[in-house]
Amino acid sequence: MDKFRMMAQILQSNQESFMNGICGVMALASAQLYTSFEFNCPCIPEYNYSYGISMLVIPPIWFFLLGFVLNNNVSMLAEEWKRPVGQRRKDPTVMRYMCVSISQRSLIAPAVWISVTLMDGKSFLCAYSMDLDMSEFGKNVSGHGLSQEELLRTLAKIPCKHIYDGQHILSREAASRYICCISQAFGWLFLLIITIAAFLIRAIRPCFTQATFLKTKYWSHYVDTERKMFDETCTEHAKGFAKICIKQYFEGISGEIQSFHDNLHGDDSDDEDDKSATEEDKLMGVRRLDTMNKVLWDWHTCKPPLTLRKSGDASTGQNGDCSMNANKNQDGNVCDKTDLNEGQNGFKHGYVNPGLEIGQSELGKVYDNASFSIEQNGLTNRHSNASTSQNGFMNGCVSSPGNTQRKAWAVYYSKV
Amino acid sequence: MDRLKLVLQYFQSNSESISNGICIILSLISVKLYTSFDFNCPCLPQYNKMYALGVMFVPPIILFLLGVLVNRHTGVLMEEWVRPLGKRTKNPAVVKFLLSSMLQRSLLAPMVWILMTLLDGKCFICAFSMNVDPKYFTGIPNSTGIELIKIMAKVPCKEDVIFKNSSFRKAVSRYVRCYSQAIGWSILLFFIFLGAVGRVLKPCFNHATFLQTRYWSNYLDIEQKLFDETCVLHARDFARKCVVQFFESMREDVTVRMPLSSAFRPSTIHNEYEEEEEERLHGITRQDQVDHLLQTWYECKPELDVTRMAYKPKVCITWEDINGKALFSEV
Repeated sequence: MDKFRMMAQILQSNQESFMNGICGVMALASAQLYTSFEFNCPCIPEYNYSYGISMLVIPPIWFFLLGFVLNNNVSMLAEEWKRPVGQRRKDPTVMRYMCVSISQRSLIAPAVWISVTLMDGKSFLCAYSMDLDMSEFGKNVSGHGLSQEELLRTLAKIPCKHIYDGQHILSREAASRYICCISQAFGWLFLLIITIAAFLIRAIRPCFTQATFLKTKYWSHYVDTERKMFDETCTEHAKGFAKICIKQYFEGISGEIQSFHDNLHGDDSDDEDDKSATEEDKLMGVRRLDTMNKVLWDWHTCKPPLTLRKSGDASTGQNGDCSMNANKNQDGNVCDKTDLNEGQNGFKHGYVNPGLEIGQSELGKVYDNASFSIEQNGLTNRHSNASTSQNGFMNGCVSSPGNTQRKAWAVYYSKV
Repeated sequence: MDRLKLVLQYFQSNSESISNGICIILSLISVKLYTSFDFNCPCLPQYNKMYALGVMFVPPIILFLLGVLVNRHTGVLMEEWVRPLGKRTKNPAVVKFLLSSMLQRSLLAPMVWILMTLLDGKCFICAFSMNVDPKYFTGIPNSTGIELIKIMAKVPCKEDVIFKNSSFRKAVSRYVRCYSQAIGWSILLFFIFLGAVGRVLKPCFNHATFLQTRYWSNYLDIEQKLFDETCVLHARDFARKCVVQFFESMREDVTVRMPLSSAFRPSTIHNEYEEEEEERLHGITRQDQVDHLLQTWYECKPELDVTRMAYKPKVCITWEDINGKALFSEV
């Protein structure tokens, strides 16, 4: 049981190993499908060849396409290819790598089908029984008194045990052995060729561009992981949003507003504070329909740069600066500066805060223990003389006694 | 047992996995049903076609309807489509997205059934054996007064006496089955090709809008689930309080209850359980309030804006030097 769980965990740990798992499952499915499929040669001269060859060729095409359908990386690749540049450059080597890896994985199940079909020999027998050269078997070519057409028809019945009626002309077993033997030779040859090709690719590739390869592999994993994280974050956000929306609705109907933080219940409301604080954290400052739409829109049209803000770093990304552009409407492919006047300062990787024009070196000099962080509420405690007076702060709907940093601001605000 | 639990856990991790799981279960059911179904061709000219086409098409319709019924998204979709506007605008793209995802999942089990009938070939042989021209096949049984069409109609039935010692029946069956399999393979290829092309081309069109639509349809699903859960919790607490009140009203002592100002009320009087309960009731304490709440949830859905509850304006302090250059800022 533990082994199963471990295996499942390993396979799901990232997209690539998940795809490897799917790949293996499809290869097994292709072998199983072949054994359970009832091969039904029509034994008619006009149809034998097409049936035999299509049994060899069409299922591999399906499995290849099915590999594309099941592989999530395909839509990721297309998305990466088609997105506007935004703040993040596009890297063609990453896309090539993803394309190649998708195709390689999708080719395994078709190769399994083709080799199993060739080894088994039935489709070859069906397709080529009419092309048998009777002199190979030591039989007199014209000694049986049948016309060419009738001979062809008789030969076409070789794959069908129960309806073959030419036993006196040519032994069915001998002919089928002969053709199956050729088919197996082709099968082994095919396996040898693809194994050698795979070996060459694997062995020789590190001789070329290994450093670039490491880079592209990293960034393609990154793109995959980032996409998954984004989807997870969106789901968590939706949950938090729904919870608060419903609570707001209930209280709207009842006419009471129960504030999250009730000052009278001091010590036993800590849990509530934490709980509702985390629910709000999940929202990360995105509280309205149009804001969320903008988040989702910009995720595609104007992806944030691959630069994480360090402590004290307020610079924008390297690949472009969104704040340089004036506010454009959402329909254009240009990202616009979020107006922070609404007080939403959560979801803003890569956007410049207005009023913050600090050079990096000065920041380092002025203070050591200040820290910016990416989340909205995560200010670290830096002021030791925070007084706990709340009086100056209780206006409007702002009430947050659980958070000493906000009280500290109240003090500074009143002083300033 | 553990394995089943693990599989169930994986599938319940999100709503999409549940729908996928149900979809796969329905397909497996359809495969099992087909293999255990005893196909019984009547071998009579008037009824062959009807029986065979019935077996090929009626179960898929049933499976499709079953798939639609069982899918969670059907309820969400219908509700979103027919609700009055209320305070929340309606987004037709979300409705379309839900509809297409529901249809895709519901169509899998019927397609599996149809493909299995085609690949197996029995239905085709039963339906179309009478359309085969027998002169291409040798060994036709000597018609002992039976018409040709009746002979052809008997081809699907192996055990019929007129076909003894004759390879005619097998040859005709093979021929028709070959056609049936070719059609089955082509249909499968067509759908897989469509799926692959769709997968590759979809991000090329309106991907940003698609991200929005997907988010909001997921949101609607979560919201409905959470609303149901909240109502259930509310009902439980309402019932509990109602029962307690009833018992207390039956008490024989006369108690004068006077509200004490909250400033004097020590916090130990309310135990934690009652506080939690009151919070879960969200102030809805009467039947008409509950009715009004449920009615309004449908007729006038609240707007998608939680600023009122979740908004805390932050104070931003910027320290500037004499030149107005910012030295330090808290955001």
